[in-house]
Amino acid sequence: MLSIKDLHVYYGGIHALRGVSLEVPDGKIISLIGANGAGKSTTLKSIMSLVAKTEGSVEFDGVDITKYPTRNVVKTGIVLCPEGRRVFPDLTVAENLTVGAYLRKDKEGIKADRDWVYELFPRMKEREWQLAGTLSGGEQQMLAVGRALMSRPKLLMMDEPSLGLAPLVVKDIFAIIKQINEAGVNVMLIEQNAKAALEIADFAYVMETGEITMSGTGKELLASDEIRKAYLGE
Amino acid sequence: MTLTAFFQYCLVGISIGGIYALIAIGYTMVYGILRLINFAHGDIFMMAAYFMIFAMVDFMIPWYISMIIMIVSTIVLGVVIEKLAYKPLRNAPRMSIMISAIGVSYLLQNLATYLFSALPKQYPQIPILNKTITIGEVSTSIATFITPIITIVFVVLLMMLIKYTKVGMAMRAVSKDFETAQLMGIQINNVITVTFIIGCFLAAVGSMLYFTPRPSVFPLAGSLPGLKCFIAAVFGGIGSIPGAVLGGLIIGICETFIKAFGYSEFSDVFTFVLLIAVLMIKPTGLFGEKMAEKV
Repeated sequence: MLSIKDLHVYYGGIHALRGVSLEVPDGKIISLIGANGAGKSTTLKSIMSLVAKTEGSVEFDGVDITKYPTRNVVKTGIVLCPEGRRVFPDLTVAENLTVGAYLRKDKEGIKADRDWVYELFPRMKEREWQLAGTLSGGEQQMLAVGRALMSRPKLLMMDEPSLGLAPLVVKDIFAIIKQINEAGVNVMLIEQNAKAALEIADFAYVMETGEITMSGTGKELLASDEIRKAYLGE
Repeated sequence: MTLTAFFQYCLVGISIGGIYALIAIGYTMVYGILRLINFAHGDIFMMAAYFMIFAMVDFMIPWYISMIIMIVSTIVLGVVIEKLAYKPLRNAPRMSIMISAIGVSYLLQNLATYLFSALPKQYPQIPILNKTITIGEVSTSIATFITPIITIVFVVLLMMLIKYTKVGMAMRAVSKDFETAQLMGIQINNVITVTFIIGCFLAAVGSMLYFTPRPSVFPLAGSLPGLKCFIAAVFGGIGSIPGAVLGGLIIGICETFIKAFGYSEFSDVFTFVLLIAVLMIKPTGLFGEKMAEKV
């Protein structure tokens, strides 16, 4: 399980995270919701050591990974599926998946996981030899998720998986997230699409200007007046 | 011009073009990964020539061992330059790293002047490369003859490396997106080091083939060929390896024929006119990547 304590981050001259503490317990889907610029992406990036932490600690399965470089964070079993999909456009679908397994050496395991990804996203199998840049937005998101799974993560962090996708595709993606979680991968989800994120989450945190302001089970937050007003537009 | 002369010039042109191609690949690969025009690349090529002189003339080591020493030293030089002058500027604006590259270029030229004096030094004779062979009525040195072959072999190997190996895939990933590549566990700095190793290796091989038929090496000897190869890379579409090869060959062949027709003084002018023309008509070059908007 992932446990973050009192995380402070300065990003582009701004005090972007002001003492964030949160936990992702085993077997659960955790959502982190909040407005644009609240510091959600920064939280994930700082876990991955893509941005430097000034204070606080990150622990994963009892190991302090606060100072780990990105590569070692990935090795411990955390993966980030970045905002905007960011598939490698000049690489084929198959190659994108291979890059996802970059740090792994177990050929058999990689093959098994590739088959699993193709099972989750049959369309990726069909497009195996196509350049990722030629895929549609929804397909690219599927590929990005598949690529992340190829590192065989214990924790999959997703940054805005629904961004810019058609509602039907979003539904598909969320169904898959559920399926991935059931397969034993912990999921941490960042979303502006608060409704979908709260519906799927076992537990959720609300973030505002670099701080966690509320937390509760997905159902509790969905029922809260404050949340309904601020994030669900009701 | 007789047919024999025509073939003779073709061979010479392809040969010099092949050397330009080897050097141009160094420019284009570094640009592909770092978006940096490594202005010091031509001077690394010049330093490679001095390394060869050192090994063969000063230490009297046989040519084949000297060649290995020269290639290794050139690679070490290139990697050290990257670590000291470019790596600290990884997150700086792109202009800073480019200025740093120009600085390194002048540094190498002046260092060479200081260490080896500005007087031209004779490039050692490599007996096997200087033999003359005759095919039909065309006769030429082995160096001229094998340069295109060496170029083709290395280009094919390089393309295969990039297409089929893990490190090649990492290079392609890094060239598109640093951050996401890091998220896959790829170490950006290792990939950049590999890029410089390949670029410097090809420059070292190119240096040997370039200077063997020429009388002398001097501290500025890398500057004009360096610029020409940079233009070859731009002409082919910077970032594209086949583009750099084609650009190098075209410049080499055109230059040779311009000289053959008796306009030697214009052969360099042609290259720069070509640069201006390319930048005006098709700035992305022959095979240049379209500048895709990053989402």
